[in-house]
Amino acid sequence: MSEPILKAEHLGITFGGLKAVSDFNMVIGKGELVGLIGPNGAGKTTVFNLLTGVYKPTEGEFWLDGTKMSGKKTYQVVRAGIARTFQNIRLFRQMTVEENVLVAFDDSFSYHMGAAIFRTPGFWKQEKKKHAQAIDLLRIFGLEGYAGVQAANLAYGQQRKLEIARALATGMKLLLLDEPAAGMNPTETEDLLSCISTIRERFGIAILLIEHDMSLVMKVCQRIQVLDYGRTIASGLPNEVANNPQVITAYLGTDADDGVADDVATGKSSVDGGADTAESDAADKKEGAR
Amino acid sequence: MKKSILSTKQSYLVCALGVLALFLLVMAVCETGLASPYIKGIMMTACIAVIMTTSLNLTIGVLGQLTLGCCGFQAIGAYTAALLSKLIVAQGIAMSDMSRFLITIVAGGAMACIFGVIVGVPALRLHGDYLAIITLGFGEIIRVIIQNLKFAGGIGLSKGQQGQALIGIDRLANLYVVFWITVLTVAFLFMFGRSRYGRAVKAIRDDEIAASASGLNTTYLKVLVFAISAFFAGVAGGIFAQYIGSLNPAMAGWLNSINYVIMVVFGGMGSITGSIVSAIGLTILPELLRAFSDYRMLVYSVALVLVMIFRPQGIFGSWEFSLSKFINHLFYRGNGPKRGRAAVAVEGTASTDGVASTEDNATPDTAAGADDVSRLQDGVIASAGIAGTGEGSAGVGPDPNAPRDGGAMQEGDDRR
Amino acid sequence: MNSQLVMFISQIFNGLKIGSVYSLVALGYTMVYGIIRLINFAHGDFIMVGAYVLMLTAPAIIAMGMPAWVAVIPAILICVAVGVIVEKAAYKPVRERGNSMTALITAIAMSLLLENGAQAVFGADYKTIPTVFSIPSVNFGALHISGDTILTIVLGLVIMVGLQLYVSYTKRGKAMRAVSEDKEASILMGVNINSTITLTFAIGSGLAAVASLMYVAAYPQVSPTMGAMLGLKAFVAAVLGGIGSIPGAMIGGLTIGLIESLTKAYIGTITAGIITSAFSDAIVFGILIVVLLVKPSGIMGKNEGEKV
Repeated sequence: MSEPILKAEHLGITFGGLKAVSDFNMVIGKGELVGLIGPNGAGKTTVFNLLTGVYKPTEGEFWLDGTKMSGKKTYQVVRAGIARTFQNIRLFRQMTVEENVLVAFDDSFSYHMGAAIFRTPGFWKQEKKKHAQAIDLLRIFGLEGYAGVQAANLAYGQQRKLEIARALATGMKLLLLDEPAAGMNPTETEDLLSCISTIRERFGIAILLIEHDMSLVMKVCQRIQVLDYGRTIASGLPNEVANNPQVITAYLGTDADDGVADDVATGKSSVDGGADTAESDAADKKEGAR
Repeated sequence: MKKSILSTKQSYLVCALGVLALFLLVMAVCETGLASPYIKGIMMTACIAVIMTTSLNLTIGVLGQLTLGCCGFQAIGAYTAALLSKLIVAQGIAMSDMSRFLITIVAGGAMACIFGVIVGVPALRLHGDYLAIITLGFGEIIRVIIQNLKFAGGIGLSKGQQGQALIGIDRLANLYVVFWITVLTVAFLFMFGRSRYGRAVKAIRDDEIAASASGLNTTYLKVLVFAISAFFAGVAGGIFAQYIGSLNPAMAGWLNSINYVIMVVFGGMGSITGSIVSAIGLTILPELLRAFSDYRMLVYSVALVLVMIFRPQGIFGSWEFSLSKFINHLFYRGNGPKRGRAAVAVEGTASTDGVASTEDNATPDTAAGADDVSRLQDGVIASAGIAGTGEGSAGVGPDPNAPRDGGAMQEGDDRR
Repeated sequence: MNSQLVMFISQIFNGLKIGSVYSLVALGYTMVYGIIRLINFAHGDFIMVGAYVLMLTAPAIIAMGMPAWVAVIPAILICVAVGVIVEKAAYKPVRERGNSMTALITAIAMSLLLENGAQAVFGADYKTIPTVFSIPSVNFGALHISGDTILTIVLGLVIMVGLQLYVSYTKRGKAMRAVSEDKEASILMGVNINSTITLTFAIGSGLAAVASLMYVAAYPQVSPTMGAMLGLKAFVAAVLGGIGSIPGAMIGGLTIGLIESLTKAYIGTITAGIITSAFSDAIVFGILIVVLLVKPSGIMGKNEGEKV
């Protein structure tokens, strides 16, 4: 494996005495696709919040491409190259699809306020260039025809895609996807999968994926890390993880006899059925206690 | 497709000509004596209201944060300008009235801007109701402080007396100059709103967490918007001081601020046109209804509730009037309604008033694209398959947007 | 007892008296905010409504041979009616269609409506109101504490305790707490949200009427804008105590009352005349700003972070 994109060491956060995540270690290489799984409330979204500077880790550090990122603000982390999507879609709903992408391009704009006010040639040139880039980016997701549509008016699956497109527009090196397939039907999920593999090939980025759909995780992830109660209980290749008795216990709560991937996959449906927001709720309560 | 018979630059020119025509009209009315001093006074008040409302609209409509302290900043600008004007005279510095007027209002704006930053940095950590109430608190504090400053009372500076109205301010405000200041303000806010800054600010309004996750420095942008609003409020205050000739600390009170909030809300959240129309309208209306002046606020409050119930985004919503679009519309009327509508739809969505709509078709092959674009273009091939709807495969034809955009709009609407 | 100490103690009692009025008003703010997350700007004006009702009904009540304070009963009825009408006619439709900003603007509009309505009916001038209480004052040596001061403080405490017991132990009270925690879940648990919100408004407005009785006992004057500043200060008290918390409103109200009364009396001497008693309003808002910036959840409130 080449030099890692992301390196996290002993990352942890405590909310009012409650350890939401502890001793989280992770290495992601260039172009790798790693899955982060675990039951509801295991701390997966909290890990995302740590990696994007939404929460400040109370212990441990992480580096992006060799640069220390822990302690930086969200926008600094994003500009350095970690972008994310959200479990419950967060688009700029009243803005157009194209504007959603252009906002994420913001860092790569170089004109300043004076240029904007006086409409200098540089302003026009850059706006034109970014418009073209935005359309091209949207084309990857089949959204270019919707460039002028208000984001709130997109279909659910398209909103998910737009969120990914927007994350890509930040020009990141590492993409964090928080349950991208949640609420999608099998066709849409299939569609999303090919999208993900396309952007990996085209952009050469690394992806960290949170997903409850176990078949999806098993299919696309090169490595998987399993969280339970904020601790890493297993990590490795998909097959190894699926056969790990601790993982099976975490998901099913009991000892499965000869459980393999299939068992985990059945476990998934019950997990999936649970409230999607339960995990972040838990995180909130912990924060409240702080 | 040529969506507009006017290029962006031409439409700016049309707009400038429209403003010039308006100015000539104002001048004609004033010079020929058609307008009494009373009418001129209303025009002046309307200009001040337009500056206040459009700049406040940046915070309330575009950034989506309700502030109730705009008159605090107006008062800071007014007192700064008035006292500076007195100081210049007292020091015996020789300068023309015009330059004294301009210097003092810019100073008033700058002072208000500084206070805007001082207030904004802590206050903007809060959201919604709390931000409203904290700005109200700041406004009240500014009022009480001005009330208790010795040099801000009586006839000012060394001869002042606390708790008194500041009087004897030279009335230097000239309607023509104020007209152009108003035009510059509106132009600034328009250009700001339709640039990457405006987009970023709107993004914060829609979802602050997603905005910072898209790499925006939300704190900086919010304080920037707050400071810009405060600057123009200060400028408006400076004009006000040198138009009325006397100042009272009560002008900083929150009930005054509410007046401007009402104007913004009536006009429409985020619509500059709406702010202008409602600022002018709500300045003239009470003058026409003098007989009912006791019931003015009563009517306003009922109307406000009705607007909030039936049209929460304000009368104009975020709609903007555009002279060039209007001209366009006149010329397209004969060419079939469908085409006309598509043009409006597309243009309405273009983020920078026409960059996208008038010149976009040529863009993919502009050299400017460099690496990213070519890399993205590779993605096009894959996209056809991913999209699965067939739309993606259309490629970059000479006229790719016209039919598809129309369709997309419809589809989007259906799925709402 | 030396005269300075007497002065200090009577200032304390003054502070507690006005603080109790703030507390009662703050209770209304805090209950409404807790349940629908709206700063009910019109709440301060409910006090004004109550005071006008007192002014109009007290002479008739006295003529009927009853003590003047009985006029609080019609005041409560009218205030409850106004509160419920405001909620049903304005807040509810806006809540269903708009966002929190439109709701706040509506609240401001209702405040303007009540103030200007009163002005249109009664005129802008101050009107005097007959004495509502005639309770002998209590004397400790040189220290005189008026009867209505003690009554105000005691009444404030009793109402606060009663309200706390009500929301803790009765079914309707529990429903209120449930709705303020989670609206959707409350619906699923069979709570009638609309009637709960209406009840909250009714209680809050009724308390405003009681507050108006206590206020006019201390300052026997009525004007259309009397509720505005009183309401704002009570809101500051609610924030200071922790919005959504009943004991918090009480603590916040008393604190603001004490601070106000003591700064008015002593700030000039302490700061050698740099800050005078004219700054007392600014000081109250200064407290608000500091509280919001340092601990937005207030003394008794709980944190609420945004979900990511």
